[in-house]
Parts: sequence; C-alpha cells; structure tokens
Amino acid sequence: MQQATGTSLRKTPLNALFRELGARLVDFAGWEMPVQFSSVLSEHLAVRTAAGLFDVSHMGEIEIDGEDALRLVQRVTCNDAARLAPGQAQYSALLTEQGTFVDDILVYRRAPQRFLLVVNAGNTDKDFAWVAGHATEDVQVVNASARWAQLAIQGPRAGAILGRLASMDVARMPSYGFAEGTVGGHPGLVSRTGYTGEDGFEIYLPAESAPEVFRGLLREGRAQGLLPCGLGARDTLRLEARLALYGNDIDETTTVLEAGLRWIAKPAKGDFIGREALMRQEAAGVARRLAGFEMADRGIARHGYPVRFEGREVGVVTSGTYGPFVKKNIGLAYLPDTLAGVGSRFSVLIRGRDVAALVVPTPFYKRSR
Amino acid sequence: MSQGDAIYPEGLRYTKEHEWLSTKGAVATVGITHYAQAELGDIVYVELPQVGAAVVAGEPFGTVESVKAVSELFAPASGVVDEVNAALQASPEQVNKDPYGDGWMIRIKVADQEEEPPGLMTAGQYRKYVEDEAN
Repeated sequence: MQQATGTSLRKTPLNALFRELGARLVDFAGWEMPVQFSSVLSEHLAVRTAAGLFDVSHMGEIEIDGEDALRLVQRVTCNDAARLAPGQAQYSALLTEQGTFVDDILVYRRAPQRFLLVVNAGNTDKDFAWVAGHATEDVQVVNASARWAQLAIQGPRAGAILGRLASMDVARMPSYGFAEGTVGGHPGLVSRTGYTGEDGFEIYLPAESAPEVFRGLLREGRAQGLLPCGLGARDTLRLEARLALYGNDIDETTTVLEAGLRWIAKPAKGDFIGREALMRQEAAGVARRLAGFEMADRGIARHGYPVRFEGREVGVVTSGTYGPFVKKNIGLAYLPDTLAGVGSRFSVLIRGRDVAALVVPTPFYKRSR
Repeated sequence: MSQGDAIYPEGLRYTKEHEWLSTKGAVATVGITHYAQAELGDIVYVELPQVGAAVVAGEPFGTVESVKAVSELFAPASGVVDEVNAALQASPEQVNKDPYGDGWMIRIKVADQEEEPPGLMTAGQYRKYVEDEAN
C-alpha cells in the first residue's frame, strides 16, 4: 500500500478536515486523497442503502467561453453538445485522431456559449493543453481547476440531505440536469450526476467554501446514515455500476468502440476529432471488446492480470475487485470479440494459476427506480 | 485487558512481515497481527495452503486480500501444515474482527521444536518495530 508522504503531494481544500476525521490518506494521481474514512465496505454499503459524501476536488475544471465556444466543444468532444440546453450536462470524451481516449469527461452547458468541462485529475494539464490547442480567436479556454472544489453526495437519501442546504430544487432536478444557486449559503453549481450507480449529486463550489459545506452535509446527513467516503469505495461503487476508470479501462490505446461506449459518439453531428477513425473502425468491426466478468472459482482478479483461453494469453484485466454489494468477485477485461459475449468462459491468471471466469451482463449492479 | 494486550499480546512471537506465531509443543498457530489487519482494511479473501503442504520460514505460504490490496503471507517457522482455518473461506472478516483468535490462519507441525526460528520478536520488540515503522 502506498502511504502518503505529504510534502510533494497536492492537497484539496478539505485536507485538514480529512485528518481531523481520521481518514487514511494515499497518493492518488499526485494528490493526497482519502482512500477510506472508516472502511471501504461500510462506505460502499452506505452509498447503496443511505448516502455517502465524497471530496473529488482533485478533478479538473476547464471553462470555455466566447462566441465560438459551442464550435470548439463540438470539435474536441465526441458527444453532441448542441443537444444540451443551458442547465444540462452530458457524458462525453476527448478523442485522439485514432478514436482513442485523451480523457472521458462531463460537459456542462451553462449558457449558449458557455461550457464547463470536468476532467480526470491526472489528465487536467494534458486536457487543457489539448482543448486550448484547438481553440480559435473567438473563444477563451481557462484551466479553473484550482478555483473549484467538487463534492459528490450519492445514494438514495442524497437528495433529501442536500435539499436541506441547497437553494435549488434538487428533488425535481432531472438526471444530468444542473442548476446554479447556493449550498449552505455558499454560491455553487449542483448537478444530478455521479460515479457510483446511485442517484446523487455533484456540487461545484469555490475552493474556500468546501470545508464548511462538507461539514454541513455531514451534520445534516448523520442521522440519515450518511458517511464520509474515500476513493476506495468510489472505485468499488463505479465498478459495480460498470463505469469506466481512465488509466485502467480506457486510455490513449483503447477506442470508444472497444470500450463499449459507442453511445457517447454522435457522428451525425458533423466533424470532430476522432470521427473518421471511429467510422472506419465501425465499418471494419473491432477485434476486442471490454467485457464484464465474474469469477467462477475462488480468487479476485486485479488490474493487469492476464486473461487466458485454452492456455494462451488473449487479453488483460483492466479493473477487478470484490464487489461489496453484489458480493461477487467482478471485473472488466479486454477480450477477443469472439470471447466477449455473455456466458463465454475464460480464465484469469492469478499468482500463476488459471482461475475460471465468465462473461456476465453489465452493469453488475443496477439500482431499482 | 489493556489495549496493549489486545494489540500486542504477550506470549506470542512476531515477524517483520506482521505475522504472529503461538507455539504449543510441536504445533505453532499462525495469523496476522492487529496492525497488519488494520493496515490492510476490510479483508475479503484469504488463500491458504492445503493440510500436509510444506512451509518454509521466511517464504510465502498464502495470500490475504482486502478490497484494495493483495498481500503475501510469510511463514514464521518451517514445517508441515497440520490444520487450516477453513472458516476464513466463508468469513474472511474474522481476520479483522479477531486477528489473534478466530482469525488464525494455519497450524504448522514445526520441523525443529527445539530451536526457535531466527528473527522473531517478542511483543515488546514488535510494538517498538511497528511504532518505528509508523514514524
């Protein structure tokens, strides 16, 4: 386990509060972040059954403003941002010319020519350079990551808890909708989005407001079973919901089609970076696909473990864990197209031993509405 | 029982890899320490050898996995596995709840009961070792 050493790591505005709450801190993408406050299992289950509160201020925020803002967003992202009305967000990606991932992102349309891109912490500088590098004169691209803190409140009781502090009508906010207002008296933006497979909200605030709002939500939520949660639970929650993790499941060597994210690419919207490659790959068919599997025998698959079929190495595990809610050992792996169908069997090489696994339908967990 | 007894019980021997060993005659019971289970977090899988397997002091004999981490288990003594805690297959969380009791892992019929394996620490020495490692 990697222990955080402190000095060289970047800290979010909540760092002092983590220490006060007794969180276990680790190095995540150069940030000193809590991996857990109490235990990964209890935090995971709190989100599935009540609510959990996460600090995700390490995520990057890129602001795009100006007459050409929509045109730039349409050029660098693969989803169709023209379909967004102000107050709507969408899951999307920045692609290379090869149709692989520069990053997976959220696109918020704040006004007709005003966008906010939320990007992965470890990619913030790369993404900013990529987007700014494609900007024309009539658009301003700003890396505003240091100014924004981001909290996520997730779980069936998230809306009731947040509703006590937010000026916006969060209960009636549609999925992927957002509104600007105040939370606990602090100006902020709240969206009905998340990375856990539960109903929930993400809250964007000026960095200096974050500790007070975090404390306020903890106070309001305590009686409802809300727990502060770390990145450990965030990872197991997102994997049960089959949400991709950049750097594990997707990166600059994997394409949108291979990752099973064809639905976020909208070639009909017109040209964008990666579109041609995508169309070509779609016509030719993909050789491998990201598939969800569960272990049929005892053992936990982990990132990087080889996948074997009939004694040959045919792929690699990109994410694997014990799923605390589904109570199964689950994972994602790139498999040859012929092996990627539900029910097909293969093995994962765990410490020199072939352990049986099979492809199952995903998501592993789907909340009942 | 003081907190010291619960975390560093007297009468056990300890390894630098955070296993404990309790010897009764020719049989040594082995598990991981309170500190080790706390560092690992929620334990969800324990892989242990079969009864009859040979284990060698200082060599891996199994694996323990928490939600986030995989960690090897090192044998504190040489011998043959006499008994395995099969209950951990269904209830690996016993290692977190009771590392020195129901969370035990294997019993070894030690090869040479006259000679204590080298490098083992007393409770006091292990406590100092952990405190030094933490700082």
